[in-house]
Amino acid sequence: MRIALFITCFNDTMFPETGKAVVTVLERLGHTVEFPLAQTCCGQMHFNTGYRPEALPLVRGFAEAFADYDAIVTPSASCAGMVRENHPLLAQQYGDAELRAAVAEGAPRVHEFTELLVDVLGVTDVGAYFPHRVTYHPTCHSLRGLRLGDKPLALLRAVRGIDLVELPAADSCCGFGGTFALKNAETSTAMLGDKMRNVVSTGADVVCAADNSCLMHIGGGLSRLRTGIGTLHLAEILASTQGDAR
Amino acid sequence: MTARDTVLGRIRAALADVPADEAVGDAPVPRDYRRSHAEADEVGLFAERVADYRARVVQATPERARATIAGLLAGSDVRTLVVPPGFPPELVPEGPWRRLEEPLEPGDLEAADTVLTTCRAGIAVTGTIVLDAGPGQGRRALTLLPDHHLCVVRAEQIVADVPDAVALLDPGRPLTFVSGPSATSDIELDRVEGVHGPRSLDVVIVREEPHV
Amino acid sequence: MSPDSGTNVVWLGSPGFPEAARTALGDPQLRRNLRKATATIRDKRLAVTGELDDWEQLREAGAATKRHTLRHLDRYLLRLEDSVTKAGGVVHWAADAAGANRIVTDLVRATGEAEVVKVKSMATQEIGLNEALEQAGIRAYETDLAELIVQLGDDRPSHILVPAIHRNRAEIREIFQREMGAWGRPAPDGLTDEPRALAEAARLHLRDKFLRAKVAVSGANFAIAETGTVGVVESEGNGRMCLTLPETLITVMGIEKVLPRWQDLEVFLQLLPRSSTGERMNPYTSTWRGVTPGDGPQAFHLVLLDNGRTATLADTVGRQALACIRCSACLNVCPVYERTGGHAYGSVYPGPIGAILTPQLVGVEHAATLPFASTLCGACYDACPVKINIPEVLTHLRAEVVEAKRAKRRVPGAEALAMKAATAVLASPRRLSVAQKAAALGGRLVSRKDVIGPLPGPLHAWTDARDTPAPPTESFRAWWQRTHPTGADS
Repeated sequence: MRIALFITCFNDTMFPETGKAVVTVLERLGHTVEFPLAQTCCGQMHFNTGYRPEALPLVRGFAEAFADYDAIVTPSASCAGMVRENHPLLAQQYGDAELRAAVAEGAPRVHEFTELLVDVLGVTDVGAYFPHRVTYHPTCHSLRGLRLGDKPLALLRAVRGIDLVELPAADSCCGFGGTFALKNAETSTAMLGDKMRNVVSTGADVVCAADNSCLMHIGGGLSRLRTGIGTLHLAEILASTQGDAR
Repeated sequence: MTARDTVLGRIRAALADVPADEAVGDAPVPRDYRRSHAEADEVGLFAERVADYRARVVQATPERARATIAGLLAGSDVRTLVVPPGFPPELVPEGPWRRLEEPLEPGDLEAADTVLTTCRAGIAVTGTIVLDAGPGQGRRALTLLPDHHLCVVRAEQIVADVPDAVALLDPGRPLTFVSGPSATSDIELDRVEGVHGPRSLDVVIVREEPHV
Repeated sequence: MSPDSGTNVVWLGSPGFPEAARTALGDPQLRRNLRKATATIRDKRLAVTGELDDWEQLREAGAATKRHTLRHLDRYLLRLEDSVTKAGGVVHWAADAAGANRIVTDLVRATGEAEVVKVKSMATQEIGLNEALEQAGIRAYETDLAELIVQLGDDRPSHILVPAIHRNRAEIREIFQREMGAWGRPAPDGLTDEPRALAEAARLHLRDKFLRAKVAVSGANFAIAETGTVGVVESEGNGRMCLTLPETLITVMGIEKVLPRWQDLEVFLQLLPRSSTGERMNPYTSTWRGVTPGDGPQAFHLVLLDNGRTATLADTVGRQALACIRCSACLNVCPVYERTGGHAYGSVYPGPIGAILTPQLVGVEHAATLPFASTLCGACYDACPVKINIPEVLTHLRAEVVEAKRAKRRVPGAEALAMKAATAVLASPRRLSVAQKAAALGGRLVSRKDVIGPLPGPLHAWTDARDTPAPPTESFRAWWQRTHPTGADS
């Protein structure tokens, strides 16, 4: 299977280790990962902030960059949701027939990382080792957008050495919401405060999720408060093995 | 142009996207939900669900019904009892209370301790009594102003769930669905029984073999 | 439509959402009240919806019924008008708030009465009926406990179902003790803050108002087109009092509340109570058709209200907001509402549904911050008993806000310029690569130990509460190119 990695512009710039982890896990499972260099951004920020015409060139760029792959994997639930749900909508609203066809054909081939592992590749044990206390925050796009359900937890439970602890009120939003965190900073911070209280209450060393954007928000708060709790994309946990010095 | 024309004109303009030949049946409502959520013992479920609202529920055989009602009235220290027209006379017990009958003024009803009625139907799953102002129930004010409502439900009047009840009821009659005593959740979203409607509700279920 | 037409869809002088939210966020008492109340109701709702294993099918049926009705709204309203008229009722049509207020005022005047009792109703809140009646010398008494608390406290509602949700028991006791005397029977001596005692005080205060009222004003939860049956769903019995004891009943109902068939109630009488108060069934539901000789009001008027609904109907995406049955489930699950409360929304319709309904009723330019008052977390959509896709409508309205701003100004604003610049960078892998190098360098300049702390300027909104990692020196794409020099995609 030709698997292309859609790293997302945010991970590309801020969290390259997450992309490397995806490559590591998939190669360990015997797959070849390709990285189309023409890729950039899915346009989620533009779309969610109301700048739809500005998102259209990015929709087109995505369709062109990923035209030739059987499966497209991305370590971001919100970007996967953007491509699958909203690219067709934008193509319908602003695009030509050609773009509409390309998007309709391409969007369903996009899989969030845990979806690809569990649903497409049928794997829950990826041979990882991570001897730490971990709690999992289901981001809104994982939980209610893509409905990943138990998939991330099934993968985490199979990790050797892990002490997986449940996060209280896990399903409530962390308060990030993209530009919401800037436009409604005080409300965002109030929501963050409650999320951090719940994270701290678990006694975890690490909080993980399927979206680095939410994790940067949660981790930024935890760091400011000097809690000593780290954040990690769950791909990086799944990539860890006995040999790692983590 | 009347406001009616204005509103209807705006609606039609707003629905320009709806094909003119789209018939009302073109988008049928999926009705694959359950007709009933009740298990086998509907009467037992009704009793349990009414009691969940903190209403008092008693079951009685037809022979014991009158005595059961008498006991409930005596226990509530009733002095004035409203009995609507058409209430089965054989179920009205004698007692130390004064019996009030129509015509009654709001002031009379307000001062009355208890109203004794039948009902149109009971709904097991939701623990609801439905009144339709028919014989034995009286006009709506009768079951509203007295502070205590004692309602007699015959077992065969209990339907399983909401769909059966809606199918049974006459939309032309004034209907009141009663689920427990009056209540409010307006203070900190905590439920408190007893506001403007009757603050206590007693339900007597009459059936051949009381299921205890 | 202009928001200053005397309606409460948007409150005059309310600041935008972010500023209005600040007040609530800084009030620990309010935060506690909201957290407690919303947590209580969330648990109750989950318990009773979890009892029904066909909840999703019921939601489907409710959604389909509402969407279908809206697509043929004119037909169903005419059918309703006919059924109600045949049953002895009088149907009135109101294009806007002023029209509806005029109709109700004239109807009350014609009875010669100077006071009315009211059942809690969003439609009459929306049109500012109490204020309009007041100007005509008619006093309107709210009889729902929470509405009474709001009216006595000279306050504004902050929740659709429980307008006084922002008040706790101690505050309510204080309002009752201070204000009841001016409106009628004073609060009992030694009133405690026990909810039972407070409910008793409301019962005593309103009792003689119910008994002497000749005119009542209500809203409606539904009206059945085929039968002409109108219904009110309530808890306390104040609704029954108003619908039963007076001689004249005036019901003001939004045009979207019509349902085609009597059978449709079998769905909505399951969806509404379980979503709303989290009960299997609410204590009282009353239905009536026209007038019934010898029972209840002998004059019945039904006022059908547009007031921006047809403008909402015209938007094929936004239209779904009209399916709302006012259960409040979306408010109770909303993480933003839980922190800010309802007043921050500046409207009688707060919370997620308010964020999509208000801008549509008054025009996005009059409520431009509301579509942004959400993280798009989707909890509202999951909770909605009629499956209104609130996040979808939010992003749709955000685009409308942006387009409205674009149309109004000749020079793009800072945000528009930033978005345009972002597209220019992001549309090209080469420019993205250059920008990543610049970001890594810039990050290094402002960071200490690879962490960016508080920054001045526009970024402070982010950095005030959060550290940010400095961008790594090597982007993923740079790493890939370095480590895969001859790959097919390099």
